[in-house]
Amino acid sequence: MSELLKIRTENLDFYYGAKQALKGVNLDCPEKRVTAIIGPSGCGKSTLIRTLNRMNDVIPGARAAGRVLIDGLDVLSPKMDVVELRRAVGMVFQKPNPFPKSIFDNIAYGLRINGLRDRQKLAEVVERSLRGAALWEEVKDRLRDNAFSLSGGQQQRLCIARALAVEPEVILFDEPCSAIDPIATAKIEELIFKLKETYTVVIVTHNMQQAARVSDFTAFMMLGEMVEYGRTDRIFTNPANKLTEDYITGRFG
Amino acid sequence: MKRKVFQFLGFMLLRTCLYIVLAVLLLFLYDIIRKGGGAISWEFLSQPPRRGMTEGGIFPAIFGTFLVTMITSVLAVPMGMFAAIYLNEYARQTRLTRLLRLAIRNLSGVPSIVYGLFGVILFVNIFAFGTSILSAGLTLGLLTLPWTITASEEALKTVPNSYREGALALGATKWQSIRTNVLPYALPGMLTGTVLGLARAAGETAPIMFTGAAFFLPILPKSLGDQFMALPYHLYIMATQHHNILKVRPLAYATALVLIVLVLGMNMTAVVIRYRLRRKRRMGS
Repeated sequence: MSELLKIRTENLDFYYGAKQALKGVNLDCPEKRVTAIIGPSGCGKSTLIRTLNRMNDVIPGARAAGRVLIDGLDVLSPKMDVVELRRAVGMVFQKPNPFPKSIFDNIAYGLRINGLRDRQKLAEVVERSLRGAALWEEVKDRLRDNAFSLSGGQQQRLCIARALAVEPEVILFDEPCSAIDPIATAKIEELIFKLKETYTVVIVTHNMQQAARVSDFTAFMMLGEMVEYGRTDRIFTNPANKLTEDYITGRFG
Repeated sequence: MKRKVFQFLGFMLLRTCLYIVLAVLLLFLYDIIRKGGGAISWEFLSQPPRRGMTEGGIFPAIFGTFLVTMITSVLAVPMGMFAAIYLNEYARQTRLTRLLRLAIRNLSGVPSIVYGLFGVILFVNIFAFGTSILSAGLTLGLLTLPWTITASEEALKTVPNSYREGALALGATKWQSIRTNVLPYALPGMLTGTVLGLARAAGETAPIMFTGAAFFLPILPKSLGDQFMALPYHLYIMATQHHNILKVRPLAYATALVLIVLVLGMNMTAVVIRYRLRRKRRMGS
């Protein structure tokens, strides 16, 4: 592979208390590509993606071992500034989680907590982010409306726009379409395809067609272990591992 | 068919219980208004008692209750809210915090006279504040704390975790996520619980009778070190300790009426605060 690596995990173990959720996971995510993580429920794919921006820190008793490198820097190091890390590594969650504020204030949230007060600048970033998330045309006349007034799919694109506003380098998607309808899903997939021009994208999904459609690389996980990793077209047409083949052909899951 | 009959009977039972409670409450209010309403006048509300408390008004008691409740809230409101924020947002869920929480729940069940005696020891004697409005206010503050902590914690629990996670994922510090994305939405509930706790404290007699409330004091307290009159204690005296109980009975009922109106008024304030903040939140900030 002649890809530039953005994220790499080396022998990553993860524990919730005594329960081991990840076992020696090695994952490579090339820059400005979409890497999909697939696998049955409870295989550790969400744990893995939440380790990349250390969102699991907030869970009591959670512990990681091994290395997570982003641009060569060890994210798990105690010296890592988690606030800086999360600014560079944005995240979109499974269920759209707009804040109970206006559309404008949702997008501006990440900038305001960084101390940006300039209205002109805020308005610019809000417009740019909403355009980036293909939502601008739908909401430009009602930026002051509460974000809860949007449909589920629009809310999820709002959350994407909110993540874009702080200008991250990586965007993590944790099953972003599991709570929205097929048409809204198609829009988000289209968007993800566009986002990789600028950002490195990692997406967890339990929808294999989705992984096949949007990703360049695919990792298949089971029971906390990385079973197979490779280019998406190769994984889906010619899997090396029997388990992968059984999973993508729908024999279990 | 049988199931429907059961369902109907069940509804009736629940509804009857509600009506019984309402009826008792209304009867109670009616009785107090009937017996004390006649004694309410501008003079009663604005003048001190005269002639061994057989005439005049209850203004010093109204003022005293108002002032002591202010002191109570200065202690109980910030401490209660901060303790709740710590417990719910920062403290790890260990055996110690579970024990702490259990202790707080239990404290809210401790009889108020015990708080009164504790207040005598701690504030009157050890801190040497004497029997004063300060000692009484702080004692009531301690009494209110378990309620404000519990109510505030419950309010914080109703804020969805996704608000916290969403903020953290955007690079907010923990405190930023709490300040901007948790507290604004928990505040209505926190305030409601707090005001309800204060209303309860305003009606307490036992914690103040040893710590600062005066039997009869026609002048208003001039400093935090003075004794004061308070509505619940005044009522207690008029109802049981007065030398001519039958004669002052209408005054006692009138005092009860004023106290109830005051407490209900505080509770209504809580409802209005919650309503306003909720509406503001729905409209977006």
